[in-house]
Amino acid sequence: MNAEMEIAAGVVDLVRHTAGPAAEAEVLVTRSDLALTRFANSFVHQNVSETGVAVHLRLHVDGRTVTGSGSRIDADGLAALVERTRAAARLAPPDPAWPGLTAPTPVPAGPAVDEATAFASPDERAERVRAFVAAVEGLEAAGYCRTAYRSGAFANSAGHTAVGRAAEAAMDGIARAGGADGVARLCADRLADLDGAALGARAAAKARAAADPVELPPGHYEVVLEPAAVADLLQNLAWHGFNGKRYAERQSFAEPGTAQFDPSVTLVDDPLHAGTLPFDLEGTPRRALPLVEGGTTGAVAYDRRAGAEAGAGSTGHGMPGSATFGPIPHNIRLLAGTTDAGAAVAAGPVSAGVTGAVGDPDTAALVAGMRRGLLVSDFWYTRVLDPKQLVITGLTRNGVWLVEDGVPTRAVRDFRFTESYPRALGPGRVLGLGRTAVRQPGRVDGSWYETPALRLSSWHFTGGASG
Amino acid sequence: MSEFDAATAAVQAALDAGARYADARVMHRRYESMSARNGDIEELSQDESVGLGVRALVGSGWGFHAVPDLSDAAARDAGRRAAAIAAASARVPGPPIDLVPVEATVASWASDCVVDPLGVPLSDKGDLLVRATATMREHGADLAEGLYQIWDTSKWFVSSEGHRIDQRIRECGGGISATSIGDGETQRRSYPSYRGQYGTTGWELVTSLDLAAHAARIAEESRELLTAPLCPAGETDLILGGEQLALQIHESVGHAIELDRILGWEAAFAGTSWLDLARLGSLRYGSELMNVTIDPTIPGALGSFGFDDEGSPAVARDAVREGRWVGVLAGRDSAAAAGLDYGGSVRADGWARLPMVRMTNVGLEPGPHTLDEIIAATDDGVLMDINRSWSIDDKRLNFQFGCEVGWEVKKGRRGRMLRNPTYTGIGPVFWRSMDMLSSETVAWGTPNCGKGQPGQVGHTGHPAAPARFRGVRVGVRA
Repeated sequence: MNAEMEIAAGVVDLVRHTAGPAAEAEVLVTRSDLALTRFANSFVHQNVSETGVAVHLRLHVDGRTVTGSGSRIDADGLAALVERTRAAARLAPPDPAWPGLTAPTPVPAGPAVDEATAFASPDERAERVRAFVAAVEGLEAAGYCRTAYRSGAFANSAGHTAVGRAAEAAMDGIARAGGADGVARLCADRLADLDGAALGARAAAKARAAADPVELPPGHYEVVLEPAAVADLLQNLAWHGFNGKRYAERQSFAEPGTAQFDPSVTLVDDPLHAGTLPFDLEGTPRRALPLVEGGTTGAVAYDRRAGAEAGAGSTGHGMPGSATFGPIPHNIRLLAGTTDAGAAVAAGPVSAGVTGAVGDPDTAALVAGMRRGLLVSDFWYTRVLDPKQLVITGLTRNGVWLVEDGVPTRAVRDFRFTESYPRALGPGRVLGLGRTAVRQPGRVDGSWYETPALRLSSWHFTGGASG
Repeated sequence: MSEFDAATAAVQAALDAGARYADARVMHRRYESMSARNGDIEELSQDESVGLGVRALVGSGWGFHAVPDLSDAAARDAGRRAAAIAAASARVPGPPIDLVPVEATVASWASDCVVDPLGVPLSDKGDLLVRATATMREHGADLAEGLYQIWDTSKWFVSSEGHRIDQRIRECGGGISATSIGDGETQRRSYPSYRGQYGTTGWELVTSLDLAAHAARIAEESRELLTAPLCPAGETDLILGGEQLALQIHESVGHAIELDRILGWEAAFAGTSWLDLARLGSLRYGSELMNVTIDPTIPGALGSFGFDDEGSPAVARDAVREGRWVGVLAGRDSAAAAGLDYGGSVRADGWARLPMVRMTNVGLEPGPHTLDEIIAATDDGVLMDINRSWSIDDKRLNFQFGCEVGWEVKKGRRGRMLRNPTYTGIGPVFWRSMDMLSSETVAWGTPNCGKGQPGQVGHTGHPAAPARFRGVRVGVRA
């Protein structure tokens, strides 16, 4: 029994002794080592690490439910957690929709953990930053390199237990050339797979290619979205569409069984692919959840409460706050295309037109098929105008280029857009998918979006940089 | 071992490991939230978190380490690790780091609190949310939601320069919202704002909001919005309610005047700023009605404190005076890098996070008008209130906001309700178009300001009142 499981099992016992055998309790104990080395103006300016522990207790007693959590794991601290959670339960309002505990269930092993990543030193992170900064060759560099390790244990009073570990590394940086930025962003299982020099060189090439942008009029443009931009689509679809609570409230666009997307779109929430514990906050084993298959919406995500309300059961998406904000998929893969997206694949003309605008043959293939449109690197500050149609406004960032006859001809100033994400991905609107998926890190460790570049028939840009 | 002892041990260990400056914060935070939906309690959560974060400066490199353990051994180890991390920063060195001087202070401070929010019975707090959400359902809302949140934070700060400061800050607030769902769209009305109103106060703030009294009205308005005409598209005179203006200030002034952004320290994530330090003191930011202060001393406002998280005392400063940009939000190191002589706006979201430049209370001083006078003086325009969406570029220039509700204003009178109101613009152009400002100021609290990597959630205050802006583009849609 590992240290986290000793704590979890001990808290369940404590509840049993103090609240009686009828009390239902579930406990998740998570230990974490999180570190992030941040750089700006080409030097490390913030460099942090945190050793953390969190004990999460959900207690259902006498028809009332309360969640308590804390960071103290000494005997007094755990006793205080149980006592204050019990006290709160006595005063809490009734909870007629209590979904019960997860029954004893086998839990998969989860992704392999790279020990060198889990316990990487600050020097190892700084070395990757140094390589990134050197590779931008005189441009300004900014970004971060992070490593994360979590070890978790779950136990409940129904006899279900689970343990798991997870680690990941991520690097996200920009190069800056006279007001133009280029980005390179990657999430990996192993810190060793993050090549600071390669990422820096890519960001620098994009930044140089983004220099001297022109302003184009707003309107509908065909677009090629690079993986960083596509990741924003996946995140918003997940938060507001494939969220089982929002679906139950009729605030989601999702209609399972309906061909809402282009047939080329297949989305899978795949937490066991990388970087996450193999079970959720409620002890439910995580598994791959097909959200969209061949353009047809397949499922939405549930925790135990939302799943019970829907009569569907949990999909393993219980998380802190999911009772309020809803269960949200955080590990989404947009499956890559299986056929050549365009005629340029073989030639791989990544240096055609504005040098550096296209950084890889995959994107080059998509761009090559576009008569007139825009190549977009990244989106920024996207917010929902209406959740039902998932109308989003936001801005482009880190590089936009005009593409004419398959070649990026010049850099373009940033746009504001207002677009319905499901509509933009709707039947007949996806003109091409790249063949190589790239894993993009989420804002917190354990959250990622793996996607190829994407060519769409139309994107509604509603304003230019100057208004 | 006391909290001060733990912080002192961490600082000493960092100095012993080679730091030329170190500080440490022990924080003990209790948090409680309850949410209700459609007349039932949805979630009740309580959290108690205790830990220590230590920051060390070695040469020109910073390091920070945090642990959830206040033992002497853990504190000393944290100090040593912070110094080691700072030394690693030297692999990619920057310019020399200085800190603007701050008098070493030994002090205690606590926010005002009449009714301890954690002492109010859960059943009373639950009844309030249940009653309000049930009323909204009875009056036509498809989805009726209510929420309150409480933070009770004690912190102990020690620096190698002799600071020894303890503070206790109690914050709370809440709100309700009603959503009606039609064919292909949703409409929401909230009171007093989407996430509610928050302050550094006791439960008396929530009581004063009288949530239940507004439940029926917002439910009916959310229903009515489903069939209201769309906000027209085009350029018009725009009147903003105080709550929306508070967020406008937050996004297009508060973040823009953060010195770390201006210096490029946030370039890769939160972004930079359109402001150029060379024009501090001369740049015209807005019209002469625009007077913005940075004031963490406002009693009860959400961004108030006695001392910031590097020991600088709370001091009120001007950010914009008669439309001219004159001040920034700064910390000791960023101020020194910029050649300024004040910090005072550095805060950390808990013991495990690095202190960084954050908003305190950034707000507009009252104007000479009232909302009624502004409407009466408007021949053709739109009144918008209560934020629904917000988006702004990485230089804090190009923004687009959506509000829950709009009203036509014709010939000096408020007319029919409008749905899906949005407006867009460029910050300084927008602020220069402000020609009327109300005196009806409220210190709105924003409890969800995101910044930093790893992410931090800040609590900020924004005194604001209704105002009018000329020739604004409205009605942007997909």
